[in-house]
Amino acid sequence: MKLRSHLTITLRVNGLVRQEQVDARTTLLDLLREHLDLTGTKKGCNFGECGACTVHLNGRRVNGCLVLAASADGAEVTTIEGLAADGKLHPVQQAFIDLDAFQCGYCTPGQVMSAVALIREGHTRSAAEIREWMSGNLCRCSSYPQIVAAVEAAMDAKEG
Amino acid sequence: MDSFAYGRAAGIEDALAEGSGPNTVFLAGGTELLNWLRLGIAKPERVIDLTQLNGLAEIMRLPDGGLRIGALARLNDVALNEDVARGYPVLSQAILKSASAQLRNLATIGGNPFQRTRCGYFRAEDDLPCNKRNPGSGCSALNGINDRHAIFGWSEACVATQPSDPAAALAALDAIFVAAHKGGERRIKAVDFHTLPGDTPHIENTIRHGELIVGIELPVPAPHSAYLKLRERESYEYAVVSAAVALDLEGERISRARIALGSVALKPWRLTEAERSLAGVSANDSAAIRKIIDGSFGEAKALTHNAYKITLAKNAAVRAVRLAAAASS
Repeated sequence: MKLRSHLTITLRVNGLVRQEQVDARTTLLDLLREHLDLTGTKKGCNFGECGACTVHLNGRRVNGCLVLAASADGAEVTTIEGLAADGKLHPVQQAFIDLDAFQCGYCTPGQVMSAVALIREGHTRSAAEIREWMSGNLCRCSSYPQIVAAVEAAMDAKEG
Repeated sequence: MDSFAYGRAAGIEDALAEGSGPNTVFLAGGTELLNWLRLGIAKPERVIDLTQLNGLAEIMRLPDGGLRIGALARLNDVALNEDVARGYPVLSQAILKSASAQLRNLATIGGNPFQRTRCGYFRAEDDLPCNKRNPGSGCSALNGINDRHAIFGWSEACVATQPSDPAAALAALDAIFVAAHKGGERRIKAVDFHTLPGDTPHIENTIRHGELIVGIELPVPAPHSAYLKLRERESYEYAVVSAAVALDLEGERISRARIALGSVALKPWRLTEAERSLAGVSANDSAAIRKIIDGSFGEAKALTHNAYKITLAKNAAVRAVRLAAAASS
């Protein structure tokens, strides 16, 4: 096994292959923001408590601040910048706008990434279940009722 | 965060060979380790990443009717696994009441019991007296803010609690941790995994340097089991107290009871006295159950601000027995 304090990693971010030299201490969150200029993913607490840095790692939602970039070598990562396709917002993004599911907006990229994964996971059988499975995303403006409504609306939009 | 050298284990042997090196830690889910590195709670020189190891995340049935869970299985995958959810509801519930969906997608079942106390003095960004952080520096919580701290098994050196929900469930289930080292494997009972503080609160468990948990084995299913978590917020919050209960029932009569309390000590706290007395008692006899549980708190000792936790823990245990009895097989 080779141990290194600096290493080269290759991963696919929003469909594009990216190769970067990183310090072993670099988190996936800092890789996205500082190396790849993908600043849509937010740094809130940097302790895994707020969910603002939620991204999809190999299709699953995770806190970007708790993953080493080195561990994400070879992975597929999707960020908020990778959701819209062909100039059209993702149904969850559209639902957040339509239902005023944010005020200051700082937590919104994490909320949206979490909600997209949540709908895919199917933990959306009731408002209570949505609240439970969205609890890892804090909103200090307290837009929680609107966020639940947006998740429900996005599900309807998908099914409709 | 201090600099470290990072390596990725290609296989278990590779991990064990490197993991026994000096000042070396294993990285699994990373949900605790990365915060320890940021706070300076851990200052390793070498980090061995286990996340790309194959074959350590499987959940399989054992010939004796039990279940083996690979140490690298992510918490959500364990909780939602059909055999776990149906056969061991106490574990499934404990996991789903832990952390958040995102954290449970990272955190592993083998790494979870290694989490350390949420004591604010231990996690402080400033350098405060804490015998866990700096042995010999004293315990700030003993006469400080200790309303969330231990009611069992504490010492003058440390009054912290172990916060893991799954660890309480695994203790109630009599799970076995399988630990690998360069020379082979050994089996550790879940109740013997964590250690009480005594004079050495910086030692948290019985795992030796270089040893790696590779799997967790559960005995035969415990369908009459339940986890009750009491906390200040309905979701995404640590327990004030919790109770994990597994019952064997013959009709409505309890033939065997196992009760582990969480967040009351530095280890899941089995109420062994109550467990013995509950054998033969009707699960519907709430007065008898209440009396037995209340009578099993002889060793409980409150700190300056947490006497309420004794009442809360008794009530949690009584309610969890009722929930376990009502759980359908």
